[in-house]
Amino acid sequence: MKEYNLEEHSIVKITDEVEISSTDLQVYYGNDHAIFDASLEFPKNQITSLIGASGSGKSTYLRCLNRMNEKIARVDGKIMYQGTDINASGVNVYEVRKQIGMVFQRPNPFAKSIRENIQFALKSNGIHDKHVLEERLESSLKEAALWDEVKDELDKSALELSGGQQQRLCIARSVAMRPQILLLDEPASALDPISTSKIEDTLDELKSHYTIIIVTHNMSQATRISNYTAFFHLGHIVEYDKTKNIFMNPSMPATSDYISGAFG
Amino acid sequence: MNPKRINNIATAVIYGLVGIVVLILLFLIGYILFNGVPDISWKFLTTPAQAFSAGGGIRDQLFNSLYLLVLTLLISFPIALGSGIYLAEYAPDNWFTNLIRTTIEVLSSLPSVVVGLFGYLFLVIQLHLSFSILSGAIALTFFNLPLLTRSIEESLNSVSDLQKQAGMSLGLSDWRTITRIILPVGLPGILTGVILSAGRVFGEAAALIYTAGQSAPIVNYANWNIFDPSSFLNPMRPAETLAVHIWKVNTESVTPDAHLISSASSAVLIIVILIFNLSARFIGNWLYKKMTATR
Repeated sequence: MKEYNLEEHSIVKITDEVEISSTDLQVYYGNDHAIFDASLEFPKNQITSLIGASGSGKSTYLRCLNRMNEKIARVDGKIMYQGTDINASGVNVYEVRKQIGMVFQRPNPFAKSIRENIQFALKSNGIHDKHVLEERLESSLKEAALWDEVKDELDKSALELSGGQQQRLCIARSVAMRPQILLLDEPASALDPISTSKIEDTLDELKSHYTIIIVTHNMSQATRISNYTAFFHLGHIVEYDKTKNIFMNPSMPATSDYISGAFG
Repeated sequence: MNPKRINNIATAVIYGLVGIVVLILLFLIGYILFNGVPDISWKFLTTPAQAFSAGGGIRDQLFNSLYLLVLTLLISFPIALGSGIYLAEYAPDNWFTNLIRTTIEVLSSLPSVVVGLFGYLFLVIQLHLSFSILSGAIALTFFNLPLLTRSIEESLNSVSDLQKQAGMSLGLSDWRTITRIILPVGLPGILTGVILSAGRVFGEAAALIYTAGQSAPIVNYANWNIFDPSSFLNPMRPAETLAVHIWKVNTESVTPDAHLISSASSAVLIIVILIFNLSARFIGNWLYKKMTATR
């Protein structure tokens, strides 16, 4: 692989309303420095893609945003969300995760019924009103475009759904918590093309209500769905701009090599 | 030799070895059942043992075995569940955790007669618990705890980490994620571990000879007051179990039908343990379906 000057980067300041931003974020696994000086701003109610080769740190970065690296890695720096630094030590991480939901690479529905998958976390948060629970069940399954496929068998085990349906159930489960931000870590990489396009359609619908940040390996997926794109390389954010600028007119040599398939 | 031939030979050898294991097992179980089952009768199961004359049964020994098992599980299961959850979900990967694991392994390979003698010196003599069901249950807890803890830890570890991450990402506390998401998935495995360990406890003799004692006093099965010495539920009374009874009848009994009693008792013991093992499988499957809503 070619050597690039990783001190050089091109990161735009966004003009839209900012939902969440990180400033000089550093991540260490033991003595390994995994993320260097990551500073990004994410626009509200839009989709931002994080792209880069395997091991570039994009998933690690994503997991910082709702404190999922707790106990796994040390994260220094600021993450500003609604005026507070959610990376500070006194912050209630459970509250953070309720507002910033996450969907993982492999579908991980609970080994419970479809209904319980959606309602379990709600009940754990003290929502016991039957009407509210049923309304959330229906609305979040509809938002994740799964309602029509499962509405007659809500008490069936979630494990009996197909992979694509399970992933949309996981999205619905996150959405049911009414978060502000949805983080997705390669949500379609384990799915077939038809399921993938369903997920993409779903995300496009969801962005009117949620700020979406998605890690993806698939560059055409990034161009299809995202408004902004950040390119990660060896733990550095090399370039961040509107998606069409990144793909049509990249300003950094590493970015243009990556998107033209020179490495990855 | 060509690969196909090597493969055929290896397969044949493996089948042969498996066959030997199966044959030994079938022979042992068959021998015990063949010798014992004809002498099992309702009367044998429901009459008390006789010290000198023929015709004694195993009513009290059978009950003692079951009661001791229940008490042992009541003591050991909560402790094992707690330590299993700790080891699987909370314990950091450091020297202290490794020390705990090694200790558990050492404990699980202690010969049961050593556990029995320890129980005698510590529980019976030092703590003045005398020969009693309680002494026996505590001694069996030492014996049972490591195996149970390991099987609970393994059941919990076999639950995918993705489940835990899902719980975390929804803002659930660790405790709620563990008890409401991970534990239900691991429950069938835990149950299987409990029932299999119950089988071992049920058949244990050496650890009980010095702790629960070798006598089966006549008890009153209508007396439900556990503090009354004559009650069948009193945990402070000595209690000869079925396995101990088999050992005793074979070594020091003067009853003329000692051979018959030990054969039939052995068969009862084997049958009960077989029932434990089979039910472990069925209940485990049933519970898994129920907990996960699969059909």
